[in-house]
Amino acid sequence: MNRIDKAFDNNKGFIAFISAGDPSLEKTKEFVIEMEKAGAALVELGIPFSDPIAEGEVIQGANVRALQAGTTTDKIFDMVKELRKETNIPLVFLCYLNSVFKYGYENFCKKCVEAGIDGLIIPDMPLEEKGELLPVMDKYDLYLIPLIAPTSKERIREIAKNAKGFIYVVSSLGVTGVRSEITTDVKSIVSEIRKVTDTPACIGFGISKPSQVADYTEYADGAIVGSAIVKIIGEYKDEAGPHLYEYVKQMCDAVVKK
Amino acid sequence: MDKGRFGIHGGQYVPETLMNEIHKLEKAYEFYKNDPEFNAELDKLNREYAGRPSLLYYAENMTKTLGGAKIYFKREDLNHTGAHKINNVLGQALLAKKMGKKRLIAETGAGQHGVATATAAAYMGLECEIFMGRVDTERQALNVYRMELLGAKVHPVDSGTKTLKDAVNECMREWTRRPEDTLYALGSVMGPHPFPTIVRDFQSVISREARAQILEKEGRLPDAVMACVGGGSNAIGMFYEFIKDEGVRLIGCEAAGKGVDTDKTAATMATGTLGVFHGMKSYFCQDNYGQIAPVYSISAGLDYPGVGPEHANLKDMGRAEYVAVTDDEAVEAFEFIAKQEGIIAAIESSHAVAHLMKLAPTMSKDQIIICCLSGRGDKDVAAIARYKGVDLHE
Repeated sequence: MNRIDKAFDNNKGFIAFISAGDPSLEKTKEFVIEMEKAGAALVELGIPFSDPIAEGEVIQGANVRALQAGTTTDKIFDMVKELRKETNIPLVFLCYLNSVFKYGYENFCKKCVEAGIDGLIIPDMPLEEKGELLPVMDKYDLYLIPLIAPTSKERIREIAKNAKGFIYVVSSLGVTGVRSEITTDVKSIVSEIRKVTDTPACIGFGISKPSQVADYTEYADGAIVGSAIVKIIGEYKDEAGPHLYEYVKQMCDAVVKK
Repeated sequence: MDKGRFGIHGGQYVPETLMNEIHKLEKAYEFYKNDPEFNAELDKLNREYAGRPSLLYYAENMTKTLGGAKIYFKREDLNHTGAHKINNVLGQALLAKKMGKKRLIAETGAGQHGVATATAAAYMGLECEIFMGRVDTERQALNVYRMELLGAKVHPVDSGTKTLKDAVNECMREWTRRPEDTLYALGSVMGPHPFPTIVRDFQSVISREARAQILEKEGRLPDAVMACVGGGSNAIGMFYEFIKDEGVRLIGCEAAGKGVDTDKTAATMATGTLGVFHGMKSYFCQDNYGQIAPVYSISAGLDYPGVGPEHANLKDMGRAEYVAVTDDEAVEAFEFIAKQEGIIAAIESSHAVAHLMKLAPTMSKDQIIICCLSGRGDKDVAAIARYKGVDLHE
């Protein structure tokens, strides 16, 4: 049984993203635990990449800090193994395909499952290119979390229909980052998804305020926040733990109950 | 899975936000490439705006001095805007117009592709925004001003290594911000399908002309054709029509920087490994964890950590050879061709000239080499002076 399957069983969820290794892997472990205590349903761990083309400046900055701190894929696997001794929260990696490809699909997926990772979000691997990696992930019961964008239109059903874990609905055009206003008709994307699957649909990109979480979880199964969290880590660094707890708690409290 | 593949290379590894736009571009290109009206318009632009066909020039002095094969240069440096980049940009700008796009965005390294894009946008009434690494805006300041004169907005890119790779990243990000009215006029035979094919088709005019010109002048095919390779657009343009001519050697010259055994190099074929980046599977300079390596070359246009997927496949098949040329060799060639032929060639093209200087003397007098002079070197004069320690009091 994959841990993500239970994440949305009894409630809608708040999903938090952090870059692994920012400012250090030791702190990443602590931050995950703090965010779990605050009520996060699932945590996305970013594997830092030299050229994260789907990220805005805030998460690019976290990638740079993590790489400068000497973070590598192997060290992240070791950290997750340690983390798994303390928590059973569903964990997914957000990583660029080259990190997986260069490590070797088989080797990467095997290490994920051994360490306790439940799924992968790969922003530069669209539907058309999942054929190489997906069978390997299936073998290890590792879920591929697909992304659906405001421009996906007639692709929505095809992407959603066999999705496992949850579906990442991208709220806005552009890259990750806090936005003052989101104009996409996300609700109609979610209802399109509902026509073909019961897999939870969670909304991300541009979210930073509890009111947005409340609005989105009216009709979606979860809200995803990255840049706003990474900003807190960027500001408070090693001391970010309590601030993350406070922030994530407010956000989790705003999630609409089932 | 096979769509847009060159052997195992190529593909469409981009964010979902771009996929619909990429498919629209594929469909539009499939239609227009066979549309007689589109082709007539492009042909007219090539002739009457870009100044095609470009000369196939017999370099008599260099042939004599080097004392081996007969040397011809394909003079892409004589095109409007001074480089081969205009061939691709006129095609893509025309395609953008036909698709109803309002804006072109593009990355640039040396500035040649940026200038060409700004030129085509000005001519065709499209908005234009160019992304250029901060380091490149400094080493090619004149081209920045040129683009601005042409009405383009130039965005210096401060992320990563602040060079060509980062300009591509920022262009992709910008395209996801505003995909529907914008065409990303990619400057090389790289990126996701259909770009490597579109750019190759528009650049193949180089070898289509060169093949006919050499048959007319010499009554036979050349023994070798060569070109510099960054992403590889002038090289694929120079190779394409000769790929089927098995007796013609295809030689790509990449930038070794300070040397392929140093970490100051951009020689992807010599030092890279298979990876997935910038929308394509191909060879890249990267570490064991797939982090893209910071690369280096004196030439901003060759300072790129990857290579186009069709080149990667030509290498795998053994159809083309790739050699690495250092900064020092390229600068020496830059000076040699200037003094011998009275041609100031781009520092990018000078990488091919440098290898030509090694290769020609090893061949016999009845053999023929065609070397692509991809661009003119006016933009490089100040940088070469600095490299040589000459104070120009600019």
